[in-house]
Amino acid sequence: MSSNLSKRSLLKLAGWASLAATAALVGCGKKEEAATPAASEASAAASAAAAVGPLKIAFAYVGPVGDAGWTYAHDQGRLAIEKEFGDKVKTSFVEKVPEGPEAERVIRDLVGQGNILVFGTTFGYMEPMLKVAADNPSVKFEHATGFKTAPNMRTYDSRTYEGAYMAGVIAGSMTKSNTLGVVGSIPIPEVIRNINAFTLGAQSVNPKVKTKVVWVNAWFDPPKETEGAQSLLNQGADVLFQNTDSAAVLQTAEKAGKYAFGWDSDMSKFGPKSHLASAVINWGPYYVKATKDALEGTWQTGGVWWGVKEGAIDLVSVSDAVPAEVKAKVDTVKAGLKDGSFAIWKGPIVAQDGKEMVAKDTVADDKFLGGINFYVKGVEGSIPSGK
Amino acid sequence: MTGLTPESLALLLAATLNAGTVVALASLGLLINERAGVLNLGAEGMMLVAAIAGFATGVNTGSDWLGFAAGAAAGALMAGAFGALVIWLNTNQYATGLALSLFGAGLSAFVGISYTQQRLPERPHFAIPGLADLPFVGPALFRQHPLVYITIALAIGLGWFLMRSRGGLVLRAVGESPESAHALGYAVRPIRLLAVMTGGALCGVAGAYISLAYTPLWVEGMVAGKGWIALALTTFATWRPGRVLLGAYLFGGVTMLQFQLQGQGVQIPSQFLTMLPYVATIVVLVLISRNPTWIRINMPASLGKPFHPGA
Amino acid sequence: MFKLEPRPAPSKALMLASPLIALAITVVVGVMLFAALGKDPLAGLQMFFVEPLKTGYALAELSLKATPLILIALGLAVCFRANLWNIGAEGQFVLGAICAGGVAMHATPETGRWIIGAVLLAGVLGGMLWAAIVALLRDRFHANEILVSLMLVYVAEMLLSYLVYGPWKDPAGYNFPQTITFLEATRVPKLITGFRMNIGMFIALAAVAGFAIFLYRTYAGFQLQVGGLAPAAARYAGFSSRRALWTALLLSGGMAGLAGALDVAGPQGQLTPYVPLGYGFAAIIVAFVGRLNPIGIVFSAVLMSMFYIGGELAQSRLGLPKALTGVFQGLLLFALLACDTFIHQRLRWVSTK
Repeated sequence: MSSNLSKRSLLKLAGWASLAATAALVGCGKKEEAATPAASEASAAASAAAAVGPLKIAFAYVGPVGDAGWTYAHDQGRLAIEKEFGDKVKTSFVEKVPEGPEAERVIRDLVGQGNILVFGTTFGYMEPMLKVAADNPSVKFEHATGFKTAPNMRTYDSRTYEGAYMAGVIAGSMTKSNTLGVVGSIPIPEVIRNINAFTLGAQSVNPKVKTKVVWVNAWFDPPKETEGAQSLLNQGADVLFQNTDSAAVLQTAEKAGKYAFGWDSDMSKFGPKSHLASAVINWGPYYVKATKDALEGTWQTGGVWWGVKEGAIDLVSVSDAVPAEVKAKVDTVKAGLKDGSFAIWKGPIVAQDGKEMVAKDTVADDKFLGGINFYVKGVEGSIPSGK
Repeated sequence: MTGLTPESLALLLAATLNAGTVVALASLGLLINERAGVLNLGAEGMMLVAAIAGFATGVNTGSDWLGFAAGAAAGALMAGAFGALVIWLNTNQYATGLALSLFGAGLSAFVGISYTQQRLPERPHFAIPGLADLPFVGPALFRQHPLVYITIALAIGLGWFLMRSRGGLVLRAVGESPESAHALGYAVRPIRLLAVMTGGALCGVAGAYISLAYTPLWVEGMVAGKGWIALALTTFATWRPGRVLLGAYLFGGVTMLQFQLQGQGVQIPSQFLTMLPYVATIVVLVLISRNPTWIRINMPASLGKPFHPGA
Repeated sequence: MFKLEPRPAPSKALMLASPLIALAITVVVGVMLFAALGKDPLAGLQMFFVEPLKTGYALAELSLKATPLILIALGLAVCFRANLWNIGAEGQFVLGAICAGGVAMHATPETGRWIIGAVLLAGVLGGMLWAAIVALLRDRFHANEILVSLMLVYVAEMLLSYLVYGPWKDPAGYNFPQTITFLEATRVPKLITGFRMNIGMFIALAAVAGFAIFLYRTYAGFQLQVGGLAPAAARYAGFSSRRALWTALLLSGGMAGLAGALDVAGPQGQLTPYVPLGYGFAAIIVAFVGRLNPIGIVFSAVLMSMFYIGGELAQSRLGLPKALTGVFQGLLLFALLACDTFIHQRLRWVSTK
């Protein structure tokens, strides 16, 4: 059945500041631990493994490794750990772990196998991971895209909107119809932020650009992504962008002779003619850092939001169809993001209805970005069931 | 603002035909099954296995047609296994069909692991010479994948076969009253198996169409419920090939329209549109079932019932 | 050539042996698969047949997974015995979850523990309501229950999706398609601290006893099955087929709804679009593998759960693909259905002239 995979993000927000709640959780955890033979067995096994063999690291993925997008990118990050540390680590993963109660069982089992560092790569693992973390204080937990932490669980995410903005710069230069199309997944702040960033990027080079959005209400549903993309092309969009997990949108553009982008991982091979560039997430640097922290005993809880600056986000495989001056523009943006001289969310940023959301010359903070729930001017339509 | 211009309407029609073809093909296959009295709930699994079989063949040989053939063979093979269990060993059709779905989903994912990062070779676009360049109707109707036209021909041919040919009469007799067909000397079981395998082959072509033409790539679970829609469609169409085709385009049209409206900024909860095909099917079923004559005309009387010769 | 012919009397020994033979066939195929993948077959089998039973914790998880399968399959067994093909238990499960969630959402911090009763009851009624549509359309319009119940699965899933994307969405949830997390008072009580196993397991076991008594010891249960097996005889005896229809469907709908309620008020704790995990479909297989017998269903539900859990274990420990779960489940059922044939029939060589 098509039980669609959902996933991820929320944002830091006032995030990990919820220390009071955390303390309470730990309190419960201690109480429970005494009565949990399995859990204490697990931590015993864990420390034993740490003393002798390699550091055991496990990943719980929401999608199949072969989705060519989100989960694929995480798995590349896992391989980066293996490459960096070789025999010092031993990694394993479980794919297609549904969000919710199934995840708790899988994560507990991963801990039971003696893994000392456990990564959960989707938003929906937040609550299950918190529960397991409370019962296993000696294990370190890393949760992607959530906002709750514990003394032994931290969150990490990447600034995907930076890739979206750079893609937008190219899209704005390449469009002839001045109509861009985005296939959206689920209307959460992360995705809306990416749509806005894409549009802002396009407008920075071409003020006439409009963006049309369709929502497929799934992270991963190739036929639906195809249909959504086709519909955008039919409505005059000639450059497509997507925040879903497969290469279906790119393939649809390829068939229609239009342009599109890769998302999450390098998808250039799926569209030799249509592929303009891929906005990729490179989890490697962060995963290597986290592993290093665990190996050297410097691991601390907290929240990490990495972007171009830290090498976590990049725009790669830019097509030869893109003119040199546009490539240069993208490079300028990238350099500016890297050294901090350029800010995407610098006012004035105006919402669809003309309301000024970020005042002139101020830069929106991460808290603002975490709760974005409006389209910027130039995006057409309205956010579904935004009540 | 881009409203519904003639150009976009033509493209909407084209996309509708394309979207409808996937379900129409599978549904025509299931219709043959069901006309012979066998209900196969394994459509989704067969389509998935056929999708990877077709894609793998396409990647390795560079030929779409071999890909479709592989898809058809995979579908027929799975249906054959199902048929052997259901028809000869009289296993429960629903449980066996569901097991086929589970098995197919697992098997396709399993076999397909190394194909997720592969790409099909470049293929030329298809267009009917001359007609494709006509204004409006050209882009709307004559630039489709050949299978779109083959499907239409198939529906017409199947309609003729079922209602006008001797073979069709036998097939329907087997589905209506296997006991009488048996008494008349027809080999009920081989006929049913043949129908099931033909149906499986068509589901296979539909699955291969998804991975070779509709969304040309392989990802696990990519059929994403189209098999179940095809199953609903046979009922919605009261087991008539022509109506299957119309119903498929209708479903395809609703899907495309939903995105069209979204793009225009119209807000309707998409869930209600998505459930529409299923609700419509129930309504049709109630309408034909309330009248004994209608149900007799419309529904294969022995659908889902096992047949024991000599019993 | 070989011919199948009915046995004079079904073989008792084969009846017991059949599931074991089926399991053996599955194991053999499994061993070949593991070997083909270059994995140690013994280690592979261990993941599916030993690890899920090894520790107390593993057993608790197994019970949590098996509970909904048992509950749903029990109801379905009654339906199937009455010759009613309710294959839409998945939809009834979802509606049970929706109704239970709807009640749980309204709890306040002052609400007492009594609300669990209301939550579960709402689930039962929700499942019954969904099955009642099937019964009504069949009763009034003779609409085929297989097709109606199957179609209603999707309607239920879309209804759930509409609610969590729309009116029931957690206002503080940043537009994520999910309801609020239900308050602790509405949660199904756990049996042992630290384990996720909850009272659902006892409810399931009680239901097994209840259904065994109903099917084998009560007149109503007898009537129901006669009506299914021999409608003409039932009519002659004056048994109402309409009553059997409603009883069987409401019973199975209620059980599926209860399973849905236990799931959302238990491990899930909120409604999301991902509530339907396919238990309703898997339970059809469970019911058949358990040969529509309450005790048999317990065993087959546990076996099915072992495949689910084993698939995950094999992945993280041996690097085997998770898709194996579906392959194994399908294989087992094919093998079992085929083996069952030989209980009632035997293979004989018939010389062709």
